[in-house]
Parts: sequence; C-alpha cells; structure tokens
Amino acid sequence: MARFAKKGKRAVPGINTGSMSDIIFMFLFFFMVITTIRESSLLVKIKVPVASEVSKLERKSLVSFIYVGQPIDKKYGTESRIQLNNAFASVKDIREFITREREARDEVDRPLLTTSLKVDEETRMGIITDIKQELRQVGAFKINYSTRKGSVVQK
Amino acid sequence: MAREIPQLNTGSMADISFLLLTFFLLTSSIDTDMGIIRKLPPPPDPNQENVDVKKRNVFNVLVNKYDGLLVQGRPMDISQLRVAAKEFLANPYDRDDLPEKKVENIPGLGEVKISKGVISLKNDRGTSYRMYVAVQNELTAAINELRDELSQQRFGRKFSQLTSEEQINAIQKAIPVAISEAEPENVGGGK
Repeated sequence: MARFAKKGKRAVPGINTGSMSDIIFMFLFFFMVITTIRESSLLVKIKVPVASEVSKLERKSLVSFIYVGQPIDKKYGTESRIQLNNAFASVKDIREFITREREARDEVDRPLLTTSLKVDEETRMGIITDIKQELRQVGAFKINYSTRKGSVVQK
Repeated sequence: MAREIPQLNTGSMADISFLLLTFFLLTSSIDTDMGIIRKLPPPPDPNQENVDVKKRNVFNVLVNKYDGLLVQGRPMDISQLRVAAKEFLANPYDRDDLPEKKVENIPGLGEVKISKGVISLKNDRGTSYRMYVAVQNELTAAINELRDELSQQRFGRKFSQLTSEEQINAIQKAIPVAISEAEPENVGGGK
C-alpha cells in the first residue's frame, strides 16, 4: 500500500475570496428590494389592533398613511392626535394632504390610491369618524384599517 | 515591455459590503402592511330621500362607548357575532324573520339566491378603535366564511384560492359585502 502513501507536506491552496463580495452585494440588493424605508418618523405611539381577516396591501407606492395616536412626547398632551407626513395635523388638513398625494401620482394610478389608517387601539372612534367623513368628502373612498394578525375573540 | 500591474487585494471588499448590508438591515423595516380593506360610500346626497328597507332585511349592530355590543336589540358577546351574522346573511331555512332573497342569474354560477340582507353598523364616538376593528373583523369573517362555503360547493376550493377572475367575480356578486355604516350622529354632544 505504500504506493498511495503521500510524500512530503502538501500546501493547502488559498481560498479565493474575490467572489465573496459579489455574494454579499447580492444579499444587499435583495434586502434593499424587499424592504421599505419608513419615510416619516413617528410622533405618535401606535399599536395597531389585532384582526384575523386581513388582506395584504398591494402596490405600496399607491398607499398614503394617516397615523393617529397619543403623542410620544408628553408636552403635546395625552389626547389622540393625527400625524400626516412628519407633523401633527388636524382633520381639516386631510383634504390638502390627499390632494397633494394625488398630484404626486400618475394620472392612471390616481383612482387606485388607498388611504391606510394606522391607528392606536386605544383611540376613541370620534376622531376616526371625523377622518372618515373628511375622506368621503374628498373622494378617497378606498381605505384600509391597518392591523396585526391575531385572533380577536379569545383574550 | 508592459509593466506588471500589481493585484488588488479584494479580501476586505466583502467586509465593506457586509457593513453596508447591516446598515440597510437596521435602517429599513420589513413591515408588511396588512389590514381590513373597506370602501367608503360617497357623501350623502341632500336631495335623496331615505330608502325604506324592510325591517327583516336589516341586521342592527350597535357598539356603545363602553364597548358593549347590542345586536338586533339584544346584548351579545363578540364571540357570537360571527355566527349570528352568518345565520342572518345565509338564512338557510328561509325563515320569514330573516332577510329575503332574490334569484339572479350570475355568469359562471347560474341561478343564485342573493340575500337582500344588510348589516347596519353603528358606533358611538367613545367606542374604542380596538372594539371597532374587532366588530368589523367578525363581520368580514362571516362574509368570508359564506364565500368559502359557496366556492367550495361550486368550484371545489376556497374563495381565497380561486385563480380565475370570472369565478372570483361570480362569488363576489353572489355574496356581496353588505356592511353599511350609519351616518354619524352626535348623540352625547361634544367629543
């Protein structure tokens, strides 16, 4: 069996790491495509309620968000406030907000624009009703109540 | 004679791209947006007269400011709402205190009895959003279950798994989302 005996010390060939960066870059692009960067930082505390019958929002670019909840900063009080883009707003500002959102989109896509309400679960319905009335007046009929997935009944 | 070009050391390139990767992972959020999709009705026309709907065709759901639920005049727990709404919309035994049905010809399904029932949802300004979404969710669940049953019966698979546009439209027409929200009234005064 001496025929197969290895003679001398064999040098381990170096691993080529040149393509490693390509692989990592592929990872990076993958993550960049599937994630969305949150454009506005939240000024209000939001914990959306649970629901089981949820459907996914398609076409992220056609969704505008309205946030409602208690201000994180206590100096703005404890009552629920509306946040549009990056600032607190009142119900009257929604009209302008929706008009601006519409103008930012292509003519073809405008009727498909959805308004997603991200509302804290402790909010009272009064403010939501006002928002909904305002949206009806402006003609933004497609809305979405943002929720977490979960079961409603057993608590 | 060509000069020899020294090789670039690309070993650290991977580290740099790793850094970029972690940066993007931290700053972005994978937040799949989910929710209950609804369509608001257009604003009421002041010239329009009130349409009288027969009492048997309306399923009244009221939520008060203490998140209490009143269904058809009786208090009810949220866990029973789904079954009650399903029974109302389907009216399986054709009882005469539950909604009427009209027979319509839908392409792809043939003659179908469509319920004329409408769920009327009314809430107080003081109702919590959590309760409101829960009620909306249960009512949606009732409709989804009815759609699933019909779809299973006719096409052999659930509504959510249907792929043909025609079948989806047919089921949607046979069982519409008949949830109507009352025009808000300021009952208690103030906010």
